[in-house]
Amino acid sequence: MPEKRIVLRNCTVIDPADINTYLEQDGFKALAQALAMTPEAVIAEVKASGLRGRGGAGFPCGLKWELARKSSGVEKYLICNADEGEVGTFKDRYILQHDPFTLIEAMTIAAHAMGAKQAFIYLRAEYHYLLKGLLDAIDQVKARGFLAHLNIEIREGAGAYICGEESALMDSIEGKRGESRFKPPFPPSRGLWGKPTIINNVETLMNIPAIILNGAQWFNQIGTDKSKGTKVFSISGDVARPGVCEFVLGSRLDEIVVDWALARDIKMVQVGGATGGVIPSSMIKTPLAFESVLGSGAVTVFNQSRDTLDFVSRTVEFLAEESCGKCTPCREGTEVMLEILGRLAKGDGQQEDIQTLEELSSVMSLSSLCGLGQAASVPVMDTLKYFRNDYETRIKQSVFMRSLRGAQWQ
Amino acid sequence: MPEKLKIKQREHLLVLLQEEQEQAGHISGQFIEQIAQAMDLSISEVYGVATFYHFLSTRPLGRNVIHVCKCIPCYLKNSQLVLETIQEKLGIAPGETTQDGRFSLQLTNCIGACDQAPAMLLNHDLHGFLTPDKIAQILEACP
Repeated sequence: MPEKRIVLRNCTVIDPADINTYLEQDGFKALAQALAMTPEAVIAEVKASGLRGRGGAGFPCGLKWELARKSSGVEKYLICNADEGEVGTFKDRYILQHDPFTLIEAMTIAAHAMGAKQAFIYLRAEYHYLLKGLLDAIDQVKARGFLAHLNIEIREGAGAYICGEESALMDSIEGKRGESRFKPPFPPSRGLWGKPTIINNVETLMNIPAIILNGAQWFNQIGTDKSKGTKVFSISGDVARPGVCEFVLGSRLDEIVVDWALARDIKMVQVGGATGGVIPSSMIKTPLAFESVLGSGAVTVFNQSRDTLDFVSRTVEFLAEESCGKCTPCREGTEVMLEILGRLAKGDGQQEDIQTLEELSSVMSLSSLCGLGQAASVPVMDTLKYFRNDYETRIKQSVFMRSLRGAQWQ
Repeated sequence: MPEKLKIKQREHLLVLLQEEQEQAGHISGQFIEQIAQAMDLSISEVYGVATFYHFLSTRPLGRNVIHVCKCIPCYLKNSQLVLETIQEKLGIAPGETTQDGRFSLQLTNCIGACDQAPAMLLNHDLHGFLTPDKIAQILEACP
């Protein structure tokens, strides 16, 4: 399927520092249209569009809005999740840099739909250099009178991957350690300070103005059965052309990494960041959609020279460091996995390692509190599935090397 | 007690810690005690927040803080060379500060600059497509 710009349609077209260039591209027309509709009608439109969350989990956006709308209480909050910490993901940085106005317009529409007067953008500390541009954009929008009913505040993170998880993000805004909460209750019923809250990823929100302007029907015809619209991909690793591109959902992986990013001699591709699925080159024609593999849209390419175990152990090292430590399966599980994988990567494996990894994986995915622990084993299990030989060979080599050392000592 | 610490609500704790990090370069034990008292929180709760986030430090840091990305996309583009170059130039290992207090070197997880790998943050500024020559220039320009 082809490249198509919905989310990125204004990127490099407008001047992100000048609201006039945005107004020339139909800026804030969707807001005017949405304000003329009842909140229920806006929600119905978003529901009918089939838009799903772009942060990784893919929850239906309209349903989330409806739940928050129906929750009792006068005080409600809207949060834009700009804590893009997923390894290999940089699409939100690109969007915030090139088109802050569409995001702000989308937030005003979302706030109208759910009934929020206060909104937050949670910006990761690593993107502090984007803060000034964002604040400036908010000021310009305010000066034009588009923020009469909504106050948008930017809260900065302080360096924690887990704060991209919505409940940890709310704890962080509340000034606490960013630790995942027990669910339910879910944010649309009880979120920030216990009030109904919607948390949407930057990219999810970016779709809203186009949906309102062109209608749900238009959006619904793009993509696959269960994945409507487009996806912005962040491409990195062993490619000639790293960067950000937007494709219709259901596009094949080879269209993105081979045709667009010019990758050659591919061994495997990880899709969706540190906890994303691993796809071997034999399956390079896999369509990318919520029903197959997608996550945050991070696409990291590994060529034939890369070592599977080196990759997996580094990935799990990241997850072990970033586990918030609240629940035991994730806190301890990632550490034990790292211990095993670290040994394997250094050539000191043991016969029972594969079995232990498999047992650990099932416990962690069943019993962890949030997505980090639940999906931490995905790259391990996927490489065990497609590159099991690499693990087995490494273990055999380890046993052999130990026997040699043993012989020397005697 | 500093005036700014009064009448602050619980939600301002992280913001106050971030401001202190920015102004003082680190969050001292004394500041943690003051803030705990002012906000009627236990010292352990404030310390817990101060030590949870990678960009807050309870130890003094140098005037310039270097965060070298160590995640996979940068690793695939030889981020080890970036680290080795900086270590050699400054004579410090990750987690250390130079004796003159000019630089601190830290390793960090994905900074979202994988299209410009290998990359690092110097204070708040992003530097991508790093080479030994480029690193030398960047470091020399630091106060």
